[in-house]
Amino acid sequence: MQASSDPLLDIRGLTKIFPGVKALDGVDFTLRAGEVHALLGENGAGKSTLIKVLTGVHGRDGGEIRLAGAPIEARDAADAQRLGIGTVYQEVNLLPNLTVAENLFMGREPTRFGFTDRRSLRRAAAALLKDYGLSVDPDSTLGDHSVAVQQIVAIARAVDLSGRVLILDEPTASLDAGEVVVLFDVVRGLARRGIGVVFVTHFLDQVFALADRVTVLRNGRLVGTRAIGDLDRLSLVAMMLGRELSAETLKRHRTGRVAAEPFARFEGYGRRAWVQPLDLAIRPGEVVGVAGLLGSGRTETAKLLFGIKEADSGRAVVDGRPVRIASPRVAAALGFGFCPEDRKTEGIVGDLSVRENIVLALQARRGWLKPLSGQESRAIADRFVKLLDIRTSDIEKPIRLLSGGNQQKALLARWLATEPRFLILDEPTRGIDVGAHAEIIRLIERLCDDGLALLVVSSEIEEIVAYADRVAVMRDRRLTGVIEGDGVTVDGIVRAIASEHREAAS
Amino acid sequence: MTRSSLFAGVALAAGLFAATLASAAELTVGFSQIGSESGWRAAETTVSKMEAEKRGIDLKIADAQQKQENQIKAIRSFIAQGVDAIFLAPVVATGWDSVLEEAKDADIPVVLLDRTIDTKDESLYLTAVTSDTVYEGKVAGEWLAKTVGDKQCNIVELQGTVGSSPAINRKKGFDEAIAAHSNLKIIRSQTGDFTRTKGKEVMESFIKAEGGGKTICAVYAHNDDMQIGAIQAIKEAGLKPGTDILMVSIDAVPDIFKAMADGEANATVELTPNMAGPAFDAVMAYKKDGTVPPKWIQTESALYLPDTAKEEYERRKNLGY
Amino acid sequence: MTLARPFRALPAATPQILTFVLVLLANWAVFPDFFDLRLQDGRLFGSLIDVLNRGAPVAILAVGMTLVIATKGVDLSVGAVMAIAGAVAATLAADGQPLPVILAAALSVGLLCGLWNGLLVAILDIQPIIATLILMVTGRGIAQLVTEGQIVTFTHEGLIAVAGSALLGLPMPVVIALALAGAVAALVRFTALGLLIESIGVNRTASTYAGVDSRSVLLAAYGVSGLCAALAGLIAASDIRGADANNAGLWLELDAILAVVIGGTSLFGGRFSILLSLVGAFVIQAMNTGILLSGYPPEMNLIVKATAIVLILVVQSPAATRLKGFFGPKGGRP
Repeated sequence: MQASSDPLLDIRGLTKIFPGVKALDGVDFTLRAGEVHALLGENGAGKSTLIKVLTGVHGRDGGEIRLAGAPIEARDAADAQRLGIGTVYQEVNLLPNLTVAENLFMGREPTRFGFTDRRSLRRAAAALLKDYGLSVDPDSTLGDHSVAVQQIVAIARAVDLSGRVLILDEPTASLDAGEVVVLFDVVRGLARRGIGVVFVTHFLDQVFALADRVTVLRNGRLVGTRAIGDLDRLSLVAMMLGRELSAETLKRHRTGRVAAEPFARFEGYGRRAWVQPLDLAIRPGEVVGVAGLLGSGRTETAKLLFGIKEADSGRAVVDGRPVRIASPRVAAALGFGFCPEDRKTEGIVGDLSVRENIVLALQARRGWLKPLSGQESRAIADRFVKLLDIRTSDIEKPIRLLSGGNQQKALLARWLATEPRFLILDEPTRGIDVGAHAEIIRLIERLCDDGLALLVVSSEIEEIVAYADRVAVMRDRRLTGVIEGDGVTVDGIVRAIASEHREAAS
Repeated sequence: MTRSSLFAGVALAAGLFAATLASAAELTVGFSQIGSESGWRAAETTVSKMEAEKRGIDLKIADAQQKQENQIKAIRSFIAQGVDAIFLAPVVATGWDSVLEEAKDADIPVVLLDRTIDTKDESLYLTAVTSDTVYEGKVAGEWLAKTVGDKQCNIVELQGTVGSSPAINRKKGFDEAIAAHSNLKIIRSQTGDFTRTKGKEVMESFIKAEGGGKTICAVYAHNDDMQIGAIQAIKEAGLKPGTDILMVSIDAVPDIFKAMADGEANATVELTPNMAGPAFDAVMAYKKDGTVPPKWIQTESALYLPDTAKEEYERRKNLGY
Repeated sequence: MTLARPFRALPAATPQILTFVLVLLANWAVFPDFFDLRLQDGRLFGSLIDVLNRGAPVAILAVGMTLVIATKGVDLSVGAVMAIAGAVAATLAADGQPLPVILAAALSVGLLCGLWNGLLVAILDIQPIIATLILMVTGRGIAQLVTEGQIVTFTHEGLIAVAGSALLGLPMPVVIALALAGAVAALVRFTALGLLIESIGVNRTASTYAGVDSRSVLLAAYGVSGLCAALAGLIAASDIRGADANNAGLWLELDAILAVVIGGTSLFGGRFSILLSLVGAFVIQAMNTGILLSGYPPEMNLIVKATAIVLILVVQSPAATRLKGFFGPKGGRP
């Protein structure tokens, strides 16, 4: 990567003040043409704000932004795009019901006689996709493709529109390992073409794999910018956290005992076209991990057990009594709790306050006729905000304004407030920064020690190893085996998943 | 063949012959009615049936539910059935030419009821039976001018739906009638959308705007329903409609006769629901000896006063208003 | 929700209250006697009372509509349900039935209509705008069937009193509207219904996953809306002493939606305020009454009304709120 030394993008003393918070405090940042520059920091460090100010979503309260030497001030995202700054977000901001070609050229379709010229649209789209090594039909519907393909389409569109600076805001959060490799090839190719890439992520491995330089923010201030060669993992984490998160995080701290009798037992439990019948028992005080590749049926299993999809075969036994789990409401009444993978659309109730989000499940269980008083609900919210260290200036703040990690903690609090006996966590650490990550793992262990039964779905095998007593391995929407005891190691799980594949191949 | 069966055969043939004779004497008329959007419309349908029965005419009514395409379908089906005449109460004024040409080709006369159509080819219909809504307004205005005499009289007007032809015409006719009388003046005019609720609401505001209603001498409403609403508003303001304020309106629906009998309304001008009667007569004459009726048959716009209110109410209450 | 809510909501209510005051002042400008009040047969008499009295049906519709809109739905059928309830009430009244029977029948019919809508939305998952469109179209037909296409009139003292009597000088429809709004506001705020409705409106999936019984809450919201529509229909019928199936409540669903919007509840669901919707309804009626009093030609009615509404919505828009942040000590929302 032949990064030139003249800055393409030069930010000096950028300051942004929100009511009560200095979100950015005199931050400097330079991006050279042809480099991949990782922007790191814990949630709330100011990464998102920096990007939003840069792309004109927010106005700025101080400082200067220069693009190729000329001061710029983007009024909105479209304006930033015209100036040459394109952004791709974690959640793909395209229209899934339109075709790939339409998404690529939306708003600037080639026209003939005032109508969209579909043929040249298709041709232009195919040519553009070829640059990215993507062999998809331009006329196929975008939503039918994997998130990775959608992500690349979004990048292709952004680069084609802007062409100087590309901002990738946690682009890999919903991708599996293979897809990440493909995406990185695309990004490297773009850098070679002289585009400056700003790369926001939580995955340190990816930073080392892709970035040329790293800038770290903490609490709205610049910690420093380093070339990647001058850094090792530990010092990078130290820059981000101001404290050292070592292998300590991933060491088991469990002290509690697993009960002999299962809290919940599922026998031949399944649903057609959803998850094949599975046998699983969960005991109080144990963590059952669920591992498998993307699409193996991990999330589907979690939703089945929580009654979001009702089973059409097998039986469920809770506390020794056979039960029919027909809906989340029934599951919640049985003492189940569920934190979904897709926090934004299935977890948080964005416009409601942190307090209301925390008491929601408890209130739903009590029924509408037995409202929690204001005092009670504030007390509950305050207690969990303290207990889980949910960082918010006010419990009456809309939860959508919180960072991902704090939203996740609030969702945990929502279920903990109901004093559950069985918690199902689907990717509890996805899209969460290193610090909060560690806290959530600690929390899972603590809950388990308190005698809770937990089922944790995760794509991070190291993480599963850290807390799981047993690991259920999934493939093709089928539970193919449960690993326990000494077998619960990264190698063991990877081998189990891999051996499944061999088995499938033979 | 035995005697008895032969006899039976003759009897059967005679019976058939009699039946054919009867249907030749009796006319079949298809009537494409707009719908039943108002009491008056319902009454028009009822009266049409009564008038048909009186003349021994077989009347087939198709309710179009305010849709032109339904009316066109109905006309085509009447043509297919080979009716003797078609009555059409057109929901809109345009777009009839092609279907009426089909009727003309099939040699079936078409009579327009209650409303007319826009067409360059007047031969597409035999005649149009409509009321003259300008004239109705005029009758109302003339009655008021005569009743008031030389006294100064401030009138408030409850208009129909803005832009509708009866509202425009009834205003025009009334204005023409009072133009010659400088003592009659319309001081306020608002739309009450032809409904009781709006009539009442608008009248309430008129009363407030005119010093509690004391300066209002007469209310002219474009239909009786609004007038009935206005009567209630006046009563609730502590005034006596019909006595303190003269009340004149148009349509002659049963409820206004009830109000007149109670002394709360003074006059109404009839918009007769009997459009079919004159139409039947025209068609029968045309069928009998080819008498071509005039292109426009105007129904009468009779003025009704409290003296006959009781009988008129009794006569109308079952017409389906 | 909490006791604190109504008080905390007060500063947020400023734009609505201000709008109402401005419209009243505008009326006063076009008609100087606008604020004059006197007693007439034991009830207050004046334009201000007309605003409240004429605005009562829409205000009542707006109460139910607020709940429905807060669930991210909409109820287009309320006008038609008014016609049905009015038709049922008038037919029974003409038949000489006692008032309790009339009220029970009309309100039950309204509740049934609301539950039907709720069924389509909550159980069959039909989009609210489509689901309620069905009853909006057929409802008027049902009302016409009940009245057999006629305007059914009655002289039933009891039913006439529903709109024709007064309490403490206030016309009964105003008393009913205020009492209803108070009762429903208390119902949703002193129980958890308000929280659950808002939660469903913001994110139905997440709420369902949190164990909220979304279906029952939706059924309740549409049921209340149907009940409110029936009450408004009773008042409309009582007011003209007859049921006009063709015109009763015609287009009032749109006024009710507008009232809710002016009241600050988002059509995307979530936060709502019943009392502010009530203010919204009276703002609309104040404009109507103002137009009638002004003496402008009727051709101007819709233009004046539309212009006023555009102004109100612009003033209340988030963009304007942000703008105010530059001048006022406190910016709009955080």
